[in-house]
Amino acid sequence: MKLTHLQILEAEAIHVMREVAAELERPVLLFSGGKDSIVLLRLAEKAFRPARFPFPLMHVDTGHNFPEVIAFRDRRVAELGERLIVASVQDSIDAGRVVEETGPRASRNRLQTTTLLDAIAEHGFDAAFGGARRDEERARAKERIMSFRDDFGGWDPKAQRPELWNIYNGRIRKGEHVRVFPLSNWTELDVWEYIEAEDLEVPSIYFAHEREVFRRDGMLYAVSPHVQFIDGEQAFLESVRYRTVGDMSCTGAVASTALALSDVVAEIAATTITERGETRADDKVSEAAMEDRKVAGYF
Amino acid sequence: MPVTSDLLRLATAGSVDDGKSTLIGRLLHDAKAILADQFDDLRGRDGELDLSRLTDGLRAEREQGITIDVAYRYFATPRRSFILADTPGHVQYTRNMVTGASTADLAIVLVDARSGVVEQTRRHAFIASLLGIPHLVVAVNKMDLVDYSEEAFDAVVRDFSGFRSQLAVRDTAFVPLSALRGDNVVEPSEAMPWYGGVPLLEYLETVEIEADRNLDELRFPVQYVIRDGSGDYRGYAGQVAGGLLRPGDEVLVLPSERVTTVASVDSYEGPLDVAFPPMSVTVRLTDELDVSRGDLICRPGDRPALARDLVADVCWMADAPLRPGGRYAIKHATHSARAIVESIDGRLDVTSLEREPGPAELALNDIGRVRLRTSKPLAFDPYARNRFTGSFILIDEATNDTVGAGMITAP
Repeated sequence: MKLTHLQILEAEAIHVMREVAAELERPVLLFSGGKDSIVLLRLAEKAFRPARFPFPLMHVDTGHNFPEVIAFRDRRVAELGERLIVASVQDSIDAGRVVEETGPRASRNRLQTTTLLDAIAEHGFDAAFGGARRDEERARAKERIMSFRDDFGGWDPKAQRPELWNIYNGRIRKGEHVRVFPLSNWTELDVWEYIEAEDLEVPSIYFAHEREVFRRDGMLYAVSPHVQFIDGEQAFLESVRYRTVGDMSCTGAVASTALALSDVVAEIAATTITERGETRADDKVSEAAMEDRKVAGYF
Repeated sequence: MPVTSDLLRLATAGSVDDGKSTLIGRLLHDAKAILADQFDDLRGRDGELDLSRLTDGLRAEREQGITIDVAYRYFATPRRSFILADTPGHVQYTRNMVTGASTADLAIVLVDARSGVVEQTRRHAFIASLLGIPHLVVAVNKMDLVDYSEEAFDAVVRDFSGFRSQLAVRDTAFVPLSALRGDNVVEPSEAMPWYGGVPLLEYLETVEIEADRNLDELRFPVQYVIRDGSGDYRGYAGQVAGGLLRPGDEVLVLPSERVTTVASVDSYEGPLDVAFPPMSVTVRLTDELDVSRGDLICRPGDRPALARDLVADVCWMADAPLRPGGRYAIKHATHSARAIVESIDGRLDVTSLEREPGPAELALNDIGRVRLRTSKPLAFDPYARNRFTGSFILIDEATNDTVGAGMITAP
C-alpha cells in the first residue's frame, strides 16, 4: 500500500473541497482556463461525482484573454455539463465601476479585483475556490488554505486564523467570504505531473507554437490589439509557449520547443526561474505587489 | 502491510540567531529549489544577501526582520517530496508554531553549538512532542564556530537526553552541522570524521514514517453525503482517519450505534479493494440508515469514546483569555458542536516542562489541561492514538476566530 505524493496532495485537496461544500452555503469555483484551475476541475469531479458540482464555475474575463483559452474554457465547461458565470471587466468599465488604464503598459490586471468582488457580492457567494499555490509567490506562501476575507473582500495577513490539522474554520458573517486554495501545497511541477498522469486537456498555448511576439523588459509578449509598441519595439516570429495563462497584455511567453506534456514536464523540472518571475509583469511592480493586491481583494 | 509515502512534512522552529534561515537556505539551495530570480530577490535594497527573505514573505516581516507567521516552502529530491513549514521561534508566536507543527511528520529543532541546549530548545522540542510529531531532529548548528568539536556535540546530546524521557516523540536524531559551510546538510562533512551518522538531507529522505499512521483502528468521519440527481446513488464521502476500509467489512455508525456492512468503497476511478489514511473516498453501506455529516464509521470491535465530557491539552490562541465557564463552538473532525469550559486543571510551563495546578485562566500562547463539556456527544480518540480524531479547534462564536487548538488526552 503506497501513496505517491501526488495522491496525498489529491486526497488533501478533495477533503478541502468537500469541507467547503459541507460548511458554506454558496461556494463558487474560479475557472480561468489555466492549468491550475484545470486541475481544480478534475479534483471537483473526484470530490463530487457521480453528483453534479455543488457550485457553479466563474471566470473573471478581462476581455484581454487569449482566444485559444476562451475557446478551451467553453469546451471544457460543456463537457462537464456544469454552469459557468462570466464576470466581465469590460462591463465594469462600461458601468463606470473602474477606469481603464491608458498608455502602452496599460493592463486590466488590477481592474479584475473590482469585477471579482462585485460578482461575489451580486451572486451572494460566501466561498470562492482558487487555483493559487504557495510556491508561486512569497505572500501566497503565507496564506491559509481557507483564507478569510472581510466585508470589503480584503485579506489581513497579520490577522489570519490559525489553521491546524485538517480542520478548517469556515465561519463567516453575512457579507464576508472565504477564498479557498485546495492546491496550496502543490508546486508547478506537481500540477504538470498531475495533468500528465490524469491526461487532462490544456489550452494549446501551453505547448510550443509559432507566434508573432516582441521583447519588452526581458520578456516576450504576444502581438495583439491589447498592447501598443513603445519606441523601438519590433515584432518577430518565435517558437514559444506559455507557462501561465493571464492577460495577453501582461503575460510573457517563453521560448520553447515542448510539443507534448512530457516535454513540458521535463522543461519545468529543469527550469532555473519561477513561473511568475519569468512570465508575469503584474508581479514586478513592487516588492510586495502580490501582498498589496491580495489585501485589496485580488485572487 | 506497510503504508509507504514519498511525501514528508517537516517543521522547523528557531530564530534568525540560530541560523535557521541559513539552514533552510542551504537545504533549498543544495536541493536546487531556489531558482535564479528568487536568488536575486534575496538581496535587499542594500544588496546584501539576506536568506530570511526566503521565508519572511510579508511586508511586516521584512520591515521588522522577524518571522511572524508560518511560511511554507517546497522542495524535492529523487527520493522524496518535502513540505517545509517554517515557524517562528519566539514565545509570543507559539500559536503559529503550533499551527505549523500540527501537520508535521518531523520537526527540526535548531541548537547553536556554542550555547548548547537552552530554554528555547526545550520549548520547541516539547511543543513538537505535544503536537504528536513522531520524529525529531536536533540540528546542532554552527559546528564550525566550535572547531567541529565532538565534545561540544556530545554536550548537546547529553543535555537533551536529560529531558528526553519527558517527550512523547518516537525517535530523536542528532546531526552536527554547519549550515553556513554546508557541513552535513546535504554533503557529509570531512571536518567531522567522528560523526557516524548521515547528513541531514539524507536523514530526511530516509526516515521511516510508515509506522506513524494508525492502520489498526478504522476511523471514517463522514464529511459529505453524495447523491446523484436520479436518487440511485447515496454515498458517504470523507477522508480515512485511521485503519483500513474494505467492502464487506462490518461497521458501526456513531452516534446512532447502528451496525451495517460496507457495500463498496468508491473513487472517481472506480471501486477500491481497500482505502487507508489519508485517502479521500466515498463509502456506500448495505442498509439504508440515517447517516450524515459528523457521524463516524468504525469497526464494532474497536470503537472510539463517545462522550460529552473530555479532557484536552489546549493551546490558547486569542488575546481574550480562556476561563472556566467560557462557551465556544467546537469543531472536531467533521463534527461541529458547542463546548463549555468546566475547569482548567493545569498550565504547562513549556520551558521547565512542569505543570502549574489550577490556574485561573489561560492567556494567549498558554498551553493548559482543560476539561470541556460538549452540547452533543463526540466520537473521539486520545490524540496520542490518532491525530485526526484526537484533535479539535475552539471558535469564538462572537468573532468567528479560531481561538484554541485542543489535543484530547482522555474522556
